Amino acid sequence: MTTPLLRVEDLVVEFGPKSAPIRVLEKVNFEMMSGSSIGIVGESGSGKSMTSLAIMRLIPEPAGRVSGRIEFDGRNLLDLPKKEMPRIRGRDIAMIFQEPMSSLNPVMSIGDQIAEGIMLHESMPREKRREKAAELLRLVGMPDPMGRLDSFPHQFSGGMRQRVMIAMAIACNPRLLIADEPTTALDVTIQAQVLQLMKQVRKRLNSSILIISHDLGVIADIAEHVIVMYAGRVIETGDSRSIFRNPTHPYTRGLLDSVPRLKDDRKRLHQIPGSVPLAGMIRQGCPFYARCGLRMDKCQQQMPPMQSVNSTHNAACWVTAPPLDTPRLVVAGEMR
Amino acid sequence: MTALDHGAQQVVAPEPGKFEIVGKIFAGRPATVVAAFVIFAFILIAILAPVIAPYDALAQSFLRINHGPSWQHWLGTDQFGRDVLSRMIYGSRNSMIFGLLAPTLAAIVGTTLGVIAGYFGGIADRVISRVVDMLLAFPELLLAILIAAALGGGFWNIVVVLTVAFVPGFARVARAQTLSVKQEPYVESAIAVGVRTPTIIFRHIVPNIAAPIVVLMTLWTASAIRLEASLSFLGIGTQAPNPSWGNIIRDGLNNLFGSPWPIIGAGLAITCVVLSFNLFGDAVRDVLDPETNQ
Amino acid sequence: MNDVLISARNLGKTFSSASGLLGRKGRDVRAVDGVSFDVHRRETVALVGESGCGKSTLGRLLLRLIEASEGEVHYMGKDLLKLSREQMRAMRKDLQFVFQDPYGSLSPRRTIFEIISEPLEVFSVGKTRSQRRERVAQLLDQVGLSPSFMDRQPRQFSGGQRQRIGIARAIALDPTFIVADEPVSSLDVSVQAQIVNLMQDLQEDKGFSFLFIAHDLSVVRHIADRVAVMYLGRIVEIGPKAMVYDTPHHPYTQALLSAVPEPDPDAKKTQIILEGDVPSPANVPPGCSFHTRCPIVQAVCRRDRPPLLDTGKGQMVACHFAEAHPLTKGEHADLAKTRLQAVGSTGAL
Repeated sequence: MTTPLLRVEDLVVEFGPKSAPIRVLEKVNFEMMSGSSIGIVGESGSGKSMTSLAIMRLIPEPAGRVSGRIEFDGRNLLDLPKKEMPRIRGRDIAMIFQEPMSSLNPVMSIGDQIAEGIMLHESMPREKRREKAAELLRLVGMPDPMGRLDSFPHQFSGGMRQRVMIAMAIACNPRLLIADEPTTALDVTIQAQVLQLMKQVRKRLNSSILIISHDLGVIADIAEHVIVMYAGRVIETGDSRSIFRNPTHPYTRGLLDSVPRLKDDRKRLHQIPGSVPLAGMIRQGCPFYARCGLRMDKCQQQMPPMQSVNSTHNAACWVTAPPLDTPRLVVAGEMR
Repeated sequence: MTALDHGAQQVVAPEPGKFEIVGKIFAGRPATVVAAFVIFAFILIAILAPVIAPYDALAQSFLRINHGPSWQHWLGTDQFGRDVLSRMIYGSRNSMIFGLLAPTLAAIVGTTLGVIAGYFGGIADRVISRVVDMLLAFPELLLAILIAAALGGGFWNIVVVLTVAFVPGFARVARAQTLSVKQEPYVESAIAVGVRTPTIIFRHIVPNIAAPIVVLMTLWTASAIRLEASLSFLGIGTQAPNPSWGNIIRDGLNNLFGSPWPIIGAGLAITCVVLSFNLFGDAVRDVLDPETNQ
Repeated sequence: MNDVLISARNLGKTFSSASGLLGRKGRDVRAVDGVSFDVHRRETVALVGESGCGKSTLGRLLLRLIEASEGEVHYMGKDLLKLSREQMRAMRKDLQFVFQDPYGSLSPRRTIFEIISEPLEVFSVGKTRSQRRERVAQLLDQVGLSPSFMDRQPRQFSGGQRQRIGIARAIALDPTFIVADEPVSSLDVSVQAQIVNLMQDLQEDKGFSFLFIAHDLSVVRHIADRVAVMYLGRIVEIGPKAMVYDTPHHPYTQALLSAVPEPDPDAKKTQIILEGDVPSPANVPPGCSFHTRCPIVQAVCRRDRPPLLDTGKGQMVACHFAEAHPLTKGEHADLAKTRLQAVGSTGAL
């Protein structure tokens, strides 16, 4: 077996005083093969963005304390000296953020911003850099790429800015592309464009994508493998088809059932009772305990270990998965 | 209805403590604690002046003109033989009263004008903003001298002078804050349920612009004390024979080489109080108005 | 028809950018452009469109939270836009608004009791404080919150709980009409469903009419009776829910429907991916405002603005080719295929 491109092992992120730390990530484990696409899905406070920041080592220190291992291509990124990281960021791992406006420098032309990224990692003459930048813009479907090189971010719409961000991210052919809610700020029709573009880019460059989103639809569209997070913990992981067809953790099931769908004539939406816990609020047991319809006493004391559902699919729940194609469990709230 | 069972029944954040803000102002700031202590001490001195002052601040004596410091007169006497220490103790009353009264009055007037300009806009805004801009074009001291020259000295005139000098600052801050708070969804939501305009202003606008106004008040207390001292020094503030730190320095100049102690004493008092109010104001600002503490 | 509760006629709003010191005129933004529609008693109308389409502005125009530039809003035989400020204020008892932002729309320094009882106080419902407290407790119970929360401040609550508080305030006076401006779009998915269900229950219980504003079509499927789709300040399609979802006539509605990503990796549906961006409302294209992105655009679309016409069954569409394109599912796929080819040939990838 080949070594994974990215292996995250027992990743823990803590904030606050050492005596009473707030753990926003609790032993996150996953690995990612070269060329694959993984989606991390979760609601606010689930730790999904924190995971990506930890991988990029962008968690502010010393306020945040990171422990565990983040192996990229066999090297533990957490052991690297700080000054090594910028060389990895951008060249090996690139990131696309949610808010394209605030991630671009407003007083620098986009051509210069893309070229800057290229320059940091590759030396080439100025004219070549401009050509490369235009080439990248063409690649992300920007009309008239040569002509738009000297435009400034505010002259673009949200969708076009996200295209610029993608162009910048792929400038150095990164091996891993991390996209943190890349389409959340966009309208649906523009989101469809950007998702299509990301799929095309991935196919073309053969890079791996780690996409983070609260939107199960986006994840289903782009990811082959899914990680479901809740309150800083991974509660279910698996092949995308297996997760969406046969969700096993009560939270994943509830979440999938509560998503409004177009082709669905239910009069009422399924609902998960209660609200999403704040990061670090749960110290013991299963984080979903308070909202779960299948809870047992032992869930409160002990976090259930990952149980295998099938060869690619694991879920952290004591309740074993029902076989495929049985009707989904009715979780509390719908019984009335 | 069964909805009750579905709603989250726990609150997310803890109940805020009553003295949380006061605690934050002092937490980890020894200088602020000292400053607050100094301020408190001076306020006590001002209140208790008749009790602690060794002599009558106005009593003149031809036998003791321009004496240096002695056991009887710790800071010596002035050209009329008055006890400088007693004058300083009584003078602190002037400084404190002006320091606290002028910013308060200016805050009331300025906030009213600023909120009117910001909330209603239109002609009211244009008139108020132009006048405020005009007043702001003058340095405070010049403006104060101008008004004092027109009105003459005297307690209430000084209050008017200082208030007018400070109103533009408050009006400008209040207007800017009102403009931004007016855009808040909760103001629109109050309009949507049919709340009347005066209620909206007093209930939803004013409490939410109060923090920067309070910060400005604490910071300008120092300025008011300084300004009163300057005016009195120039002879258009507190009028003789009433004592004020400003006119103690002015009187002390006549005998600068004989006894520098009146000037040193009053100067030190002004420095201490102004510095303390500034330190305290900075701390209040850091806590109440975290966005502007750059 | 007799059971029309509130109706808008040729409602329009132009925001003119503030003239500068030298009186130079900025570009006018046509946010809402001659919109007419009715909301019936006990009906939920969903108003759907992307950012900048004027849906929020339209909702506010109806309740006069923004003053309209032209048009009429009829309610109980009166034109709301002609009422004096004081008359309009009195009308607000019947007409309520639920805001998008559950964090910003609750006054931060007030308690939950003060927030919910404010409309009661304004309209003198409940004579004494204890009567009002009783009413607020009842309202909190109705929206699924514990009455013991009454004396707490909004910042102690989660987004979903705050939205419940906002809803409690909106129903406090038993209104006949509620406009909800994207009430769930800032909430977590698992909480969204709670709020949508809550509003549906309350509506069935209390019988108010409902204008539910949303940015995509998936959220409103469960709650709407009729759906209106807006694009650049105009309604391009409006009709009973089943018709809009099953036989969308306007190419924009079709694209909007196909753009919603479904949480199902096997739903490899042929997507209609619109090219380009929504034009700025400050610079609306002439003719049919959708022609710059329309997959079936013809010369006539660039020239003439299509009127909103009834297709015969209560579904109204503003498209020159609506008759020719009541797409069945098969045709839909065909169209999408040609569209995808077109995208493929222009895109570089």
